[in-house]
Amino acid sequence: MNERIKKTGSKILIYLLLVIWAFIVLFPFYWMVLTSVKKTSAYNNETVPQVFTTDPTLENYISAFTKVDLGRYFVNTLIFTVATTALMMVVTIPASYAFARLEFRGKTLLFSLFLSLMMIPTELVIITNYVTVVNLELNRGIKTYLGLILPSVTSVFYIYLLKENFEAVPDELYKAAKVDGTGDLKFLLKVMVPICQPTIVTIVILKVIECWNSYVWPRLITREPEYFLVSNGIQTIRESGFGRQDIPAMMAAVVVVSVPLIVLFLVFRDKIMAGVSRGGTKG
Amino acid sequence: MKQNNLKAWLYLLPAILFLGVFMVYPLVDVCIYAVEENYASIARTYTGIGFGNFRDVLSDKLFIQAPKNTFILVVITVPLSTGLSLLIALGLSSIKTLKKAFQTIYFLPYVTNTLAVGLVFMILFDKTEYTKGLVNLLLHTDIDFIDGEYWMKMMVTCLYTVWIVMPFKILILTSALASVNQEYYKAAKVDGATNSRIFWKITLPMISPTMFYLVITGFIGAFKAYSDEVALFGTNLNAAGMNTIVGYVYDMLYSDTGGHYGNAAAAALILFAIVFTITYINLKFSRNKVQYM
Repeated sequence: MNERIKKTGSKILIYLLLVIWAFIVLFPFYWMVLTSVKKTSAYNNETVPQVFTTDPTLENYISAFTKVDLGRYFVNTLIFTVATTALMMVVTIPASYAFARLEFRGKTLLFSLFLSLMMIPTELVIITNYVTVVNLELNRGIKTYLGLILPSVTSVFYIYLLKENFEAVPDELYKAAKVDGTGDLKFLLKVMVPICQPTIVTIVILKVIECWNSYVWPRLITREPEYFLVSNGIQTIRESGFGRQDIPAMMAAVVVVSVPLIVLFLVFRDKIMAGVSRGGTKG
Repeated sequence: MKQNNLKAWLYLLPAILFLGVFMVYPLVDVCIYAVEENYASIARTYTGIGFGNFRDVLSDKLFIQAPKNTFILVVITVPLSTGLSLLIALGLSSIKTLKKAFQTIYFLPYVTNTLAVGLVFMILFDKTEYTKGLVNLLLHTDIDFIDGEYWMKMMVTCLYTVWIVMPFKILILTSALASVNQEYYKAAKVDGATNSRIFWKITLPMISPTMFYLVITGFIGAFKAYSDEVALFGTNLNAAGMNTIVGYVYDMLYSDTGGHYGNAAAAALILFAIVFTITYINLKFSRNKVQYM
């Protein structure tokens, strides 16, 4: 009898702890959405912040797009994310294949070199990359996109992850393909990629999250506001008058920026969480 | 196996190009910058080779505050977040209903933009001319969290940092706990071991490599803190007294007088040296404590 009471008791405690933490995690999101639907005048008049509103409005979402350049930042971020991820695929897939399936002189040495590059912190390389970009004028005008995209393309981590996955594909398939006379490229594209599609999807999503949330690099090199991304765009809005006077509209902007990734996460949740725990690095 | 030299190098060429230009070259370059004294970015001249940049950085008032902030952040957030996530992971491992739901919720901060969510945190804590802010009202206090005393700001920063890093740790620990061989637990139960004994003698040692990994990466991550602080306090971290080492590096790149690349490089190398040393100490320490099976 005592055992059962103790067990139920501890179960209750555990659930209590989990619920409390869930609340702590969710509350900022709730507050974000709540504030974004409050009328600005009402919000500014609250001496005691209300935890719900009886008078919701969508006007903040409209001002978020009309009063500041949120739409522009969105488009820029979209372009940046798609281009960088696409380029990343073009670079990573052949490289992982080469390490996994091809034999060549210097293979071990090169791979060790690649691995050691993983240990280099971004803070060290960012200085020179900044200078490179400035010298090549990749932070002016339309070339800003190049300045944003190119340094962000390659990450050894994804090459490593994909290589492991390629290696797990049985040799028999490769040998059979060779017997058929299939070239490496065809084999890679028609066989390897489809088989390893889950990992590739994971890599793509992780890269998308990385690009969408990227802040430091865009902040560093974009000079002209029309090329800002959502992260440094939000930061600029916040420090301008708009940010100080119209908090509900700022929150609307924040919601709009956060929603795409949250949706992506909810759809691909298992793949994302599996990818992150395998890799163990955020980037 | 057939040698595919040309083909392999061709496949690897894009990767090698990108990595060479944006990783290898900068690595060498940053060391050169660090020792070229008084590098004037516009004129591209420098006055000599030496460690003057390092001296400049270490004596800069603005720099002194940064490592102090960073160290406090590291010392507070790493144990706190690791311990708390262990607690939560343990809780998650012992329930079945709603487990997936909880895991999904807990992972949310990982996929969000820190600039965006940090803003919300700031608003919750901020004291404006209209209102004392939600947190103050809940706690019946009147503290200026965002623009006031140093320790209040530090507390908010630590809170936010812990909030942000928990998803990753919870995820990693939950899978680590799941991979512990159930046989050990069964044997212990048969022997009549209490839950407490089981935890300290079986669970903890079995997941010690993971714990250790989280502590190390936690340290490294906390040393590189920057965006979270900007999310809370805005880009002028020096005004808020909340600058971090990384923030200082970026400040040096930017300054209106034309960019002190030398100083930035020196500060970055100092950061790298600190992180490297701490990681090394951690590794040495782990030899005795971590059990690998």
